[in-house]
Amino acid sequence: MAGASSQSGMKAALILIGKRFASSLLTLLMVSVTIFIIAQLLPGDTAQEALGQSATADQVAALRHEMGLDRPAHVRYVSWLTGMVTGDPGQSMVANMPVAEVISTRLPNSLLLAALTALVAIPVALAIGIGSAMNRGGRIDRALNIVTLSMVAVPEFLVATIAVLIFSVKLRWLPSIAMASSDMDWSDYLRGVAMPILTLCVIVVAQMARMTRAAVIDQMDRPYVEMAVLKGVAPVRVVLKHIMPNAIAPIVNAMALSLSYLLGGAVIVETIFNYPGLASLMVNAVTSRDMPLLQACAMIFCTAYLILMLIADVTAILANPRLRAQ
Amino acid sequence: MIASALKRAKALPLSGKVGLALVVFWLFVALFGPMLAPYPIGAFVAYDVFDGQSAAHWLGSDYLGRDVLSRLLSGARYTVGLAAAAALLASSTGTALALTAAVGGAKVDEPLSRFMDMLISIPSKIFSLVLVAAFGSSLGLLLLIAAFTYVPGNYRIARALAVNLAQMDYVQVAKVRGEGRFHIAIAEILPNMIHPLLADFGLRFVFIVLLLSGLSFLGLGVQPPDADLGSLVRENISGLGEGALAILAPAVAIATLTVGVNLLIDALPGQGKGR
Repeated sequence: MAGASSQSGMKAALILIGKRFASSLLTLLMVSVTIFIIAQLLPGDTAQEALGQSATADQVAALRHEMGLDRPAHVRYVSWLTGMVTGDPGQSMVANMPVAEVISTRLPNSLLLAALTALVAIPVALAIGIGSAMNRGGRIDRALNIVTLSMVAVPEFLVATIAVLIFSVKLRWLPSIAMASSDMDWSDYLRGVAMPILTLCVIVVAQMARMTRAAVIDQMDRPYVEMAVLKGVAPVRVVLKHIMPNAIAPIVNAMALSLSYLLGGAVIVETIFNYPGLASLMVNAVTSRDMPLLQACAMIFCTAYLILMLIADVTAILANPRLRAQ
Repeated sequence: MIASALKRAKALPLSGKVGLALVVFWLFVALFGPMLAPYPIGAFVAYDVFDGQSAAHWLGSDYLGRDVLSRLLSGARYTVGLAAAAALLASSTGTALALTAAVGGAKVDEPLSRFMDMLISIPSKIFSLVLVAAFGSSLGLLLLIAAFTYVPGNYRIARALAVNLAQMDYVQVAKVRGEGRFHIAIAEILPNMIHPLLADFGLRFVFIVLLLSGLSFLGLGVQPPDADLGSLVRENISGLGEGALAILAPAVAIATLTVGVNLLIDALPGQGKGR
C-alpha cells in the first residue's frame, strides 16, 4: 500500500518536473525570438556598415547576399536558431572567426570563476543566514542585517576598487589583473582570480544570506518548531534536525537566484580585472557591435539563468513531501 | 503636512534616519550641486593629475587635472536624474499594465503575464547590453532602456497586489454598482496599493542607479562630454594603482546613494521583508 502510493507520488513529481522543464524550453524559445528581433532592429545595415560609405550599391547587395541578409526575417531566425542548437551560431564579424570558436576559449574560464565563487559563497552565506536567523532580533542579527542590506546595494566596481587598493596596492599580495592561461599552474591561477572571486562573493553572499535568513525564519514561526523548543530540544538541534529539512527547498531556491546574479555581476568584475571570460567577451561584442557574437553570448547567459531557475523549482518539487511520498 | 512628515521621520529606526539623511542629501546635490561647484566642470585647474585631498580641491584632481568635487557634483545630477526618471517610467508603465491585467480578465492577463515572465527570465544586465548594442546610448535611449529593463519586475509585483485587491468586497460592490473598468482600476484598486508600490519604486531606483553606473563604467552608458558618477569612475581607472581619490570618491558617492535608499526602504513601517 505504502509502496504503491509512494510510487504514484514519484510519478506526480516526475510529471510536474516534466511540465516545468517544457515551460523552461518554451520560455527559452521566446527569449531567443526576443533577442533576435532586438538585434534586427539595429539601425543601419550590417553590410553597409562593414563596407563603409564609399561602397557602391552593387557591392552592398553582394555582401548582403553573401551574409544572407536578403532573406526574409523568419528564414534567418530559423537558420540562426538551428545554428545555435547544433553549435554553430555563425561568424563573428570582428574576430572573423566562427562564434563557436571564440566562445569556446572563454566559456570554461567563466564557468570556473562561477564554480569557485559558488564554492566559497555558499558555505559563508549559509553560516551568516542561519546564524542571524537563530539570533533573530538580537544585536548580531541587526548588525548583519544592516551590513548585508548595504552590500546588496554597493556597485561591484566599488568593491573591486577597494579590494585592489587593499590587496594589491597597499599589501602587495595579489596582482591587480586577473590572468588565466592554460600554461599557468593552480597556485598562480588562484592568486590571479582571488580578487575577482572575492568581489563576486561579497555581493552574492549578502544576497544569499538575506534569503537564507528569511527562509529559516519563515520555518521558525511554524507550530512544529515551537513544539520542539517547548519539549526542550537544543537550539542547534532544532535548526539542523527540525528546520533545515523543511527550509532546504527555499534555501536552494535562494542559492539559485543569487547565483543567477553572478551572471550580471560578472560583466563588471570580469571587465575591471581583465578576466578573459564570457561576460567581458560580451561587453567587447557590444562595443564593436558584433551582433552574431552578442546574440550567442546573450543566449548562453539566458540559458544559464533558466537552468538555475529550473534547479530551484525542481528542488522545491522534490523536497515537497506531499509529492515525494505519502 | 511638513509636521506629519517630520513626525514620521522621527519614528524611523536609526538606520532609517541615516538612509533618509543620505537620500535627502543626494536629492539636494542633484538639484543644486552644479551651482555649488567650486570650478567649471571641464576646466583644468590643478597642476598635477590625481592630486590628493587639499584645501583648494577637497576631493583632489582627476586624470586630466580637473577638480573632482565639481565633476562629482554635476555627475550626481545625471545619475540621480536619469535613474529617477527611468524608475518612474518603469513603475508607472508596469503598474498601468498590471492594472489593465487585473481588471481586463484572463484574456488580457494571460498573454501579458506570460510575456512579462519571459522578459524576466533575461538577466537585466544582459538584456540592457543587448539593447545598448542595438540602439546605442544617448541619454534619452539610456533612460528608455533602463526603464524597459525593469518594467517586468514592477509588473509582477503590481499585478500580484492588484489581482488580490480586485477580489475585495469593495471592488465587487463597485462592479455591481456599474462602475467602468477604468474607474475601478484608478479609483478603487490603485489607491490601496500605493504604499508597497512606493517601496518598489525605491528598489527599482537602486537597481537602475547600479545598472546605469555599471553601463557607464563599461563605457556603454552616458557618453562624454556628459559624465555620470559611473563615467567618473571609468575615466579615472588609470589612477587605481595610486589609490587615487578621483576613482574612490564617485564610487563611494554611488554606494552612499543606493545604500541610503535601501536603508530607508527597509526601515519603512510595513516592509516586513527581513522579518
